[in-house]
Amino acid sequence: MRYDVKLQIEYEYAGTSDHARNLLHLLPAEIPDRQRIAASLLTVDPVPQERRDLFDFYGNLMTFIAFHEPIDRISLTLSARAERLLQPPGLEISPPLTALAREIGEVRRLDGTAPHHFIGPTPRVSPDPAMTAFARAQVTPDMPTLEAVRALGRALHGEMSFDPDATEVDTPASEAFAARHGVCQDFSHIMIACLRALGIPAGYVSGFLRTIPPEGEDRLEGADAMHAWVRAWCGADVGWVEFDPTNDMPAGMDHITVAVGRDYSDVAPVKGVIRTAGEQDTSHSVDVIPLPAA
Amino acid sequence: MNETQALRTNGTPPLLKGYAPRPGTADELIDADGRMRPVWDGFVSALGALSKQEIEALFARGTNYLRDAGVYFRQYSNDPAPERDWPFSHVPVIIHEQEWFSICDGLAQRADLLERVMADLYGPAELVKGGHLPAELVARNPRWLRPMVGITPASGHFLHVVAFEISRNPDGTWFVLGDRTQAPSGAGFALENRMATARTFQDPFPRANIHRLAGFFRAFRAALDGLSGAAGKRAAILTPGPGNDTYFEHTYIARYLGMMLLEGEDMIVHDGQLKVRTVEGLEPLGALWRRLDSEFADPLELDESSYLGTPGLVQALRLGTLSMVNALGAGVLEMRAIQAFLPRISEVLTGQPLKLPNIATWWCGTEKERAHVRGHTAEMMIGEALASDLPFELGATTAQGGGFRSSAQPSIDAWIEEEGGNLVAQELVTLSTTPAWENGRLVPRPMTVRVTAARTATGWTFMPGGYARIGSSDDLSALAMQRGGTVADVWIMGDAPVAAESMLGHSSALAPRTGTLPARAAENLYWLGRYVERFEGAVRLLRAYHLRLAETGDRKDPRLVQLAKYMSGFGIKTDEAIPAALTNLLSSARNCAGKVRDRFSIDGWNALSDLALSLDTIRGTTFPGDAAAHEMGVLLRKVTGFSGLVQENMYRSIGWSFLAFGRALERADGLSSVLATFCEADQPQGGLDIALELGDAVMTHRQRYPIDASTGTVTDLLALDPNNPRAILFQLKEMLELSRMLPGSSAPGRPTALTRAVLPIETRLLTAEPGTLRRKNFTRLREDLANLSNLLSTLYLR
Repeated sequence: MRYDVKLQIEYEYAGTSDHARNLLHLLPAEIPDRQRIAASLLTVDPVPQERRDLFDFYGNLMTFIAFHEPIDRISLTLSARAERLLQPPGLEISPPLTALAREIGEVRRLDGTAPHHFIGPTPRVSPDPAMTAFARAQVTPDMPTLEAVRALGRALHGEMSFDPDATEVDTPASEAFAARHGVCQDFSHIMIACLRALGIPAGYVSGFLRTIPPEGEDRLEGADAMHAWVRAWCGADVGWVEFDPTNDMPAGMDHITVAVGRDYSDVAPVKGVIRTAGEQDTSHSVDVIPLPAA
Repeated sequence: MNETQALRTNGTPPLLKGYAPRPGTADELIDADGRMRPVWDGFVSALGALSKQEIEALFARGTNYLRDAGVYFRQYSNDPAPERDWPFSHVPVIIHEQEWFSICDGLAQRADLLERVMADLYGPAELVKGGHLPAELVARNPRWLRPMVGITPASGHFLHVVAFEISRNPDGTWFVLGDRTQAPSGAGFALENRMATARTFQDPFPRANIHRLAGFFRAFRAALDGLSGAAGKRAAILTPGPGNDTYFEHTYIARYLGMMLLEGEDMIVHDGQLKVRTVEGLEPLGALWRRLDSEFADPLELDESSYLGTPGLVQALRLGTLSMVNALGAGVLEMRAIQAFLPRISEVLTGQPLKLPNIATWWCGTEKERAHVRGHTAEMMIGEALASDLPFELGATTAQGGGFRSSAQPSIDAWIEEEGGNLVAQELVTLSTTPAWENGRLVPRPMTVRVTAARTATGWTFMPGGYARIGSSDDLSALAMQRGGTVADVWIMGDAPVAAESMLGHSSALAPRTGTLPARAAENLYWLGRYVERFEGAVRLLRAYHLRLAETGDRKDPRLVQLAKYMSGFGIKTDEAIPAALTNLLSSARNCAGKVRDRFSIDGWNALSDLALSLDTIRGTTFPGDAAAHEMGVLLRKVTGFSGLVQENMYRSIGWSFLAFGRALERADGLSSVLATFCEADQPQGGLDIALELGDAVMTHRQRYPIDASTGTVTDLLALDPNNPRAILFQLKEMLELSRMLPGSSAPGRPTALTRAVLPIETRLLTAEPGTLRRKNFTRLREDLANLSNLLSTLYLR
């Protein structure tokens, strides 16, 4: 499936500033056998004095920009043509939860795909007794890991209600879980906390969803802005599996990946603040239009 | 040898009577055979020749030195005044140089090993792939910084300064309790320890054979200069700021080495190069000695909640334009659990065993280790595997000797099973003891020695002694300073006199360093000048008020009403004798001074502290009227004392110019405001007297003018008289002079923008017709001064 993706983010600043430096995670990356990027263009207005693209620890593309002249707004526009590839049906044989720890221990690697980075507490996801108890109630110890991931995702989707106005970007997952509502970021952080409580390595995926659903299907939640979902490591054979708890579905042909990390803090689309204080206003819009089959 | 035997046969010297190390414990003074180690001979016989009273008088000299030098550390607590006097133990630890050299040989091997482990953890991770270090210990460690993976340091090395905490086993050999690689502290305090023992133990104490500390600092300074690379790039020290527990040391070292002390906000990254914002614009930095924990150094790529860092710093490191001492992420080497693997890693990487063993450590991540630990809990302490705490820094969730330190815990076995790889067990060590002076006699107390090493072009160089921790009791945790531990000097003693050297005595140190003033330091000095002057103005106003209140006893007196109304315009209330506004002004001044302690004399700081103490004492105990007027007089004398220190003793640097400019501007503004208010015909009688009093010119006016005060004579004396040091014109002349000392001239001899702005104001006053200045003139003058302040900020302070 091929898509034209358009993202527009505007920041307006109440006070002008002499120096600004930002780190962007907006450019989607090539993922072998999964996602191809035919073209992508990130336009920054005004044109920054410094700009540089680099791969981060997890293999995501990040863009550094810096302004050394006073600015009072930034506009970021991403245009990309992305193709999501149909994945061959993967192995369904994942180890039972009780055996997962040993499989993790046998991985002697530290690169960005190693499961070790995704188990302990991370800046935005800490263990929480309520989420741990909820997670444990959804599974049995001998359940295969893959099944546990799906069961938990389904349970969470049933438990939580989607509410775009209930939480802020820095609402802790435990708070969103206690109130049983939130947006895709909250759903994802909660599911990550629950998975890690079960000993399943889990990370955060940022990306886009197709805006208009195929005929006869419902529009997916989270298509109006950048979306987020979860990836879980289900043993050495199955590897990483992606699941969208906001829509209770595996992340598939409708999901376009921008970046992966331990939690939101690794993949925040725009990082860095302007030096001077002042209220800043933002707007954010996304369009993901499917292209006719080639 | 003969001497010690003589000592033995003649019996114990009286000083050592009752000095009895515990059996099974090594002691620094007494060896395993019960004999005094020869290296202590000279010290013990010199001290033994003195009476108890004489000894305590000597120790008092050291204590006084440290207090006068303002040495403190910060106790982390909710206490509003958490600065504590330096807890100094006067008796030094004495170690023979032969023993010391062999310790340093072992630690140099260890430093090289740590460098290789660091290079691997931020590079190929072969140690993990080879199974020599569990991946989870690295991946779950918050001090292992992913953005730094793959970045090769510009200098070719990750570690440049490392400290080790060591002690002596019961069998007399030395071992390592922990490594400090993040941002080791102690070197500056060691210098102060040495200054204190130098004051304490003068003749007849034999000191010629003690190794000096200065050579180490000279070598380290040279190494830092070497790291800063290309000409024109400077080396600086990065501090978290006054809130840090060892901030005193940062300011002390910066002064001692003549280096800039910077906070994150002093710098920006510009075209991939780290630069410091100075009053002369952006200047490139080539090397940074970091006293700030890595995680906080760059909010863009590291801890995003940090206010202490500089956005883009990691990018500058990635581009290799900056050397960092030590590399960001070096804190990962401090985790307790790594001690379990280092002995094996040494053999794997170098083929050699560790020359100096480290504390026996078991990581509870495998069933085999857990079983061993469960069987030996009585001889172990068990705590967090990833913590970087030293073994004697025990938290609430630490088990020690088979029991928990806090009671609300389950059984240790269940805890080990549940937490597994989150835990590490370390041998419950017996530290050696060393003499400490308590209640008039020497007693053995547990100790550890901190050894600091710095990388130079020719290898690791070690600071010879200077710093030991002394426990207040036999409990291991009593070593921590936050728990009552003290600190002693360490003397490394040779058999022959060592060459004398100090930073000052060396020829290369004679060339003055050209000072660069960070913009933030200039800003704090400028506002310090303004706040102190504003404080003085407020004190004068309050004195004028309470003098008149004492005279009339009537708050409805028109002069009192007028004064109260005037002061309320500045937020100064008159219903209390010592209003809160006064305290606030002084806090603002101290706050500014506290941020520039590396550029500010200790006497000046003490004078400000003394003022704050006085204010605190009289608050709430002073009644309005006569008593308040009297106290204001006392405060005025003290604040004048501070100004005298600044005027007489502070070096005429650019920094001083900012302070003096702030003071002159504030004084001109304060007086303009007074003249605009109290010299008009619509004022109650006595307004002119008030103005003269606030301008400190009552006597002068009487001498200069044979007539009663009039608006004309008062404004002439307070605004236009160039010989009156409090007159407005005098302030403008001062500001003009100062503006010429500041940078920013377009060409040699050309006036700066600030000079061009001061000149017309000065000229206007200079050419004003005597006796004609009125309220509107002073109001305009105040606007001009406000614009001048803004201009100064724009030109120099950002």
